[in-house]
Amino acid sequence: MDWGLIRDILAWALFLIGGAAVVVGALGIVRFPDFYTRLHGAGVTDTAGAELMIFAMMLQAPNWLVVAKLGFIAIFLGLTSPVATHAIAHAAWMVGFKPMEGPDLRYDGDRS
Amino acid sequence: MGRILALIVVLTATWLLLSGYFDKPLLLAFGVGSVALATWLAVRAGMADGDGLPGHIFPGIFGYMLWITVEVGKANLIVARQALAVEPKLSPKLFLVPNPPRTSVGKVIFGNSITLTPGTVTVDLREDEILVHGLTEDLSDVAGLRDMGERVARIERGS
Repeated sequence: MDWGLIRDILAWALFLIGGAAVVVGALGIVRFPDFYTRLHGAGVTDTAGAELMIFAMMLQAPNWLVVAKLGFIAIFLGLTSPVATHAIAHAAWMVGFKPMEGPDLRYDGDRS
Repeated sequence: MGRILALIVVLTATWLLLSGYFDKPLLLAFGVGSVALATWLAVRAGMADGDGLPGHIFPGIFGYMLWITVEVGKANLIVARQALAVEPKLSPKLFLVPNPPRTSVGKVIFGNSITLTPGTVTVDLREDEILVHGLTEDLSDVAGLRDMGERVARIERGS
């Protein structure tokens, strides 16, 4: 087995897992019940989906310069995507948007 | 002065890595010019302090990045299982976690780490506490998040 074949197999595995994570994250966004829980679904796309695909691209890179650039992208994605998620969550919280709570997914004060 | 030197070294290394030019004098001269301009702007904007150039988090931050990657992976599996479950067993709640880091850089690292981990999102940063929204009962793990905060505090103290 040569290094090129191992690289291809590993990259394909990472691309497939990353792609699956993006789909699962999207499913989470659609299926979870309220705004705050949906943010968690988006978190799967942000972290596992994006980062695994970047690692796969690193394995397919033609030279070390491209690997370094992809490394920068991975690090900056890891630094900025939680900031964006927090900005959305904090904005919702500041305007007084209450989350569902507990296993029965009730809004606070909701007695049905 | 040490910080400015470190900034110049980091900017030069970044420029070389991103451009990939090592033997074209004209382009290298432009690179030197842009590093000088960026350094001057950073100093002028007052960004060359402990917040803009957090030298004290190195080298501890590298070990922490490896650790947080593993944690994020584990949390991803839990959230993915809920997203795919026929009947998701969610139990969302808001809870407070102590915020041990003292510097603003440490607080940002901790708040970002909580949000980066799927299943927990930082909703509000307060003076000594962080308001966190958790997706399920086992993801709303206050003891685990407290441990994460202690790790960040250890990094910023440099131990």
